[in-house]
Amino acid sequence: MWEKIKEFASEFFVTGDPLIYGADVTIVLTLIAIVSGLTYFKKWKWLWREWLTTVDHKKIGIMYILAAFLMLFRGGVDALLMRAQLAMPELNFLPPDHYNQIFTTHGVIMILFMAMPFMFGLFNIMVPLQLGARDVAYPFLNSLSFWLFFSGAMLFNLSFVIGGSPDAGWLAYPPYSGTMYNPGVGQDFYIWGIQISGLGSLMTGINFLVTILKMRAPGMKLMKMPMFSWSVLSSCIAIIFSFPILTATLALLFLDRYAGAHFFTLDGGGNPMMYINLIWMWGHPEVYIIVLPAFGIFSEIVSTFSKKKLFGYKSMVWAMMIISVLSFLVWAHHFFTMGSGADVNAFFALTTMLIAIPTGVKVFNWLFTMFRGRITFETPMLWTIGFIPCFIVGGLTGVLLSVAPADFQFHNSYFLVAHFHQVIIGGVVFGYFAGLYYWWPKMFGFTLNERIGKWAFWFWNIGFYCCFMPQYVLGLMGMTRRVVTYSWDKGWWELNLVSTIGAVLMAIAFLFQVWQIVDGFKHQAKNRDTTGDPWNGRTLEWSIPSPAPVYNFAVLPNVSRQDEWWEQKQSAGAHQTIKQKLEPIHMPKNSGVPIVMSAFWFIAGFGFIFDWTGFIYTGLAGVVGCLLYHSFNYDTDYYIPVDEIERTEAAIRKVNI
Amino acid sequence: MKRPRALRWMGLVFLLSIMLLAMTGCSENIIVLNPKGPIAEQQRDLMIISTLLCCIVIVPVLILTAVIIWRYRDKKGRKAAYTPEWEHSTKLELIWWGIPVLIILMLAIITVKATYDLEPSKPIASSEKPLTVQVTSLNWKWLFQYPEQGIASVNELKIPEDVPIRFEITADSPMNSFWIPQLGGQMYAMSGMAMTLYLQADEVGEYWGSGANFTGTDFAKMYFDVEATSKEEFDAWVEEVKTDSPKLTLEGYKQLREPSTSEVQSYSAFPEGLFEMTVTKYAASHNHGLSWKNTQNFEFEDQVTR
Repeated sequence: MWEKIKEFASEFFVTGDPLIYGADVTIVLTLIAIVSGLTYFKKWKWLWREWLTTVDHKKIGIMYILAAFLMLFRGGVDALLMRAQLAMPELNFLPPDHYNQIFTTHGVIMILFMAMPFMFGLFNIMVPLQLGARDVAYPFLNSLSFWLFFSGAMLFNLSFVIGGSPDAGWLAYPPYSGTMYNPGVGQDFYIWGIQISGLGSLMTGINFLVTILKMRAPGMKLMKMPMFSWSVLSSCIAIIFSFPILTATLALLFLDRYAGAHFFTLDGGGNPMMYINLIWMWGHPEVYIIVLPAFGIFSEIVSTFSKKKLFGYKSMVWAMMIISVLSFLVWAHHFFTMGSGADVNAFFALTTMLIAIPTGVKVFNWLFTMFRGRITFETPMLWTIGFIPCFIVGGLTGVLLSVAPADFQFHNSYFLVAHFHQVIIGGVVFGYFAGLYYWWPKMFGFTLNERIGKWAFWFWNIGFYCCFMPQYVLGLMGMTRRVVTYSWDKGWWELNLVSTIGAVLMAIAFLFQVWQIVDGFKHQAKNRDTTGDPWNGRTLEWSIPSPAPVYNFAVLPNVSRQDEWWEQKQSAGAHQTIKQKLEPIHMPKNSGVPIVMSAFWFIAGFGFIFDWTGFIYTGLAGVVGCLLYHSFNYDTDYYIPVDEIERTEAAIRKVNI
Repeated sequence: MKRPRALRWMGLVFLLSIMLLAMTGCSENIIVLNPKGPIAEQQRDLMIISTLLCCIVIVPVLILTAVIIWRYRDKKGRKAAYTPEWEHSTKLELIWWGIPVLIILMLAIITVKATYDLEPSKPIASSEKPLTVQVTSLNWKWLFQYPEQGIASVNELKIPEDVPIRFEITADSPMNSFWIPQLGGQMYAMSGMAMTLYLQADEVGEYWGSGANFTGTDFAKMYFDVEATSKEEFDAWVEEVKTDSPKLTLEGYKQLREPSTSEVQSYSAFPEGLFEMTVTKYAASHNHGLSWKNTQNFEFEDQVTR
């Protein structure tokens, strides 16, 4: 019996690497600390009522961003481990199999469990406030989306200690990801982690599309909508069309692995090339899904901190819509070297180049928003200004990669690695940081220390260039991606060392950000944002107190102009709160169903991974049970009475004045 | 003063990085920009042309960015124009929709032409008859078969200079990518199909190639030597291999196929039709039994019917 348990445990738990044992201990200690802390301070009930069951878009947004930061930490540690391994030739710091797992989890986590939730967090917090709405269109679904993402992410991360991590790259190309070459459970963790959180992403896409189309304040025509909301709309359209492709593709891969189907196998009529096409039909739109909202954020910030209207509003809207559509027509540029022939390659090279046009237009419009403005350099604006040159260079290398015959030399090399890090860090991450700094006072009601923020900014930027510029050259030196080590005679070590130094600088930058946030919470009483409008903003979210009350707007605003709040401030001087009659506000009730249902998904996913039928049935039955329970639950909403609104508003005012 | 010291420290790191960059000697090691064959040369030219074209837009934009940020930064007593309501100018917007359209149009024409010219399966114009080399990606080594010479080698590719080489590429392993940077761009190596790639070395010399697409544990050990020699030396090498090296038997191939790394090896002969069989054993079942009979005779105890 004891022997059997030991044997099972040695396969079930990941063993053998001191790094992993260290991580195990840390995880267990952290969990114990959290559980005992919550118990000691009697916070379980508070946690459940205020956070875990909430349907308030602002709180869900904060939870998304918190999860994104945790994942940024994990993905960042992965990155540092990789850079340490590559710092010098012929190092044996990480054995190849471990290295392979780390670059896989780094990619998956950074895109799917860092960028996506960070983006959804910003969607959640800001879209309803910008639109003058009281919540998203489907608050319950919103909560479910978050918990599905969270359980998917946790399932994926669990592979670190149980069963073993996936090691087939972030897109898991077969045949390598098939059972023939990859019999372990790592790939199944990959599939189910992404499937479960992917469901959440699709729901969020639908939710925000409907929110934007149906929940705008009276008078807010689409063409008067803030640019961030436009960018969310374009991103959601891409989500809705692309995520089903991902779900279907991974489902087929799962059938190959689990049921012995032959969609992507080498034998039985399967074809791995189909997978590579399908996954990129999702994968390419995906990168635009995450970068479009960043464009929206930059547009808001550039206009606010230049104290000037956004230049070329219509152009901006058209550019984003064109990008959203074109992003579906370029997927094959990820495999020009697959022998599709000149016709196919020429077509996809052209569509790829076309995307450069609307993107370029956006850059010009940002520049001319600053032109004849009055620019100040608070942290949100710093990130925006850091983004522009970085994205221009990243765009340049992107165009170079799109030149199909030249791509035969760039493909799979560090040139490519440098390119996508430049557009994803320089575009997406800088954009979300800009957004986080910009909207932080609105989220938490206090401002952050600008000085620490500037340190973080400079470390990020210098670290970034130091890390990735050498990688372009390494690519031209013939260094291919995903190699665990390299020999002395290749002449790559100097640049690799520089690159590693850059990675360390970015890690320091991250620490500065953590310090800045901790410092912010410590000194929040001193830095309270009493105006609700610390940056002299232009859009509706700045017209309400920080943080926003649960119902957002006591009275729904009437919108007649673009930059409504700015115009109001210009025309009527300071706060002209016209005494409007308050009415009871209709609000959604909290629900524990989303978190419970996601837990059942987690159990089902875990069952599929290990093929434990008990878990599968329990999980799926639980999911169905939750659906039924929620379908017959008619007690899902309530009204906030007028006197309570009055009390809340009075309390806010008292603090604020 | 805390700030300047830290800034100086960061500056030092930056300077050090640039010095390290300079130490790499720039040209010699940047092999993609130092081509030794007609394909790689055209690809290099294409890279340079497209970079220059993009720079026509990008350099002015970078300068413009710096100027705008400097000139319109908020400062007491700033005299530069301030037009907070100015938000549209059809003329200006036409300019910046127009400029990228023009540049992309030029680049598109160049790209499309080059895509057809450099289509990898297109033979290289030459008075010499092309030499065929059949490439098989194995876990984690490369097998090269010279069907015309009847010899084979592992992790070592010898080719005569100035002769177009017709590579036929397949994999008996996960998908890989066959890349010799100084001779030209890469081509995926995939099971069940033989990809064609024409390359040529213009100069005698020692180069190297690699597997560019991730295939698992020892993927990083899939480098191979490429040596371009004179035609006489190549023939001498063939003769030498024919007399001195062992034969590659079917049994030997099966062993070679087992996951492992390998030293450089050469073989005086290989089983007839080995490459074709490697390709068709994956393809047969969905090629309407085209060569299934042959594969049966071949008796792979293979993973396919696992």
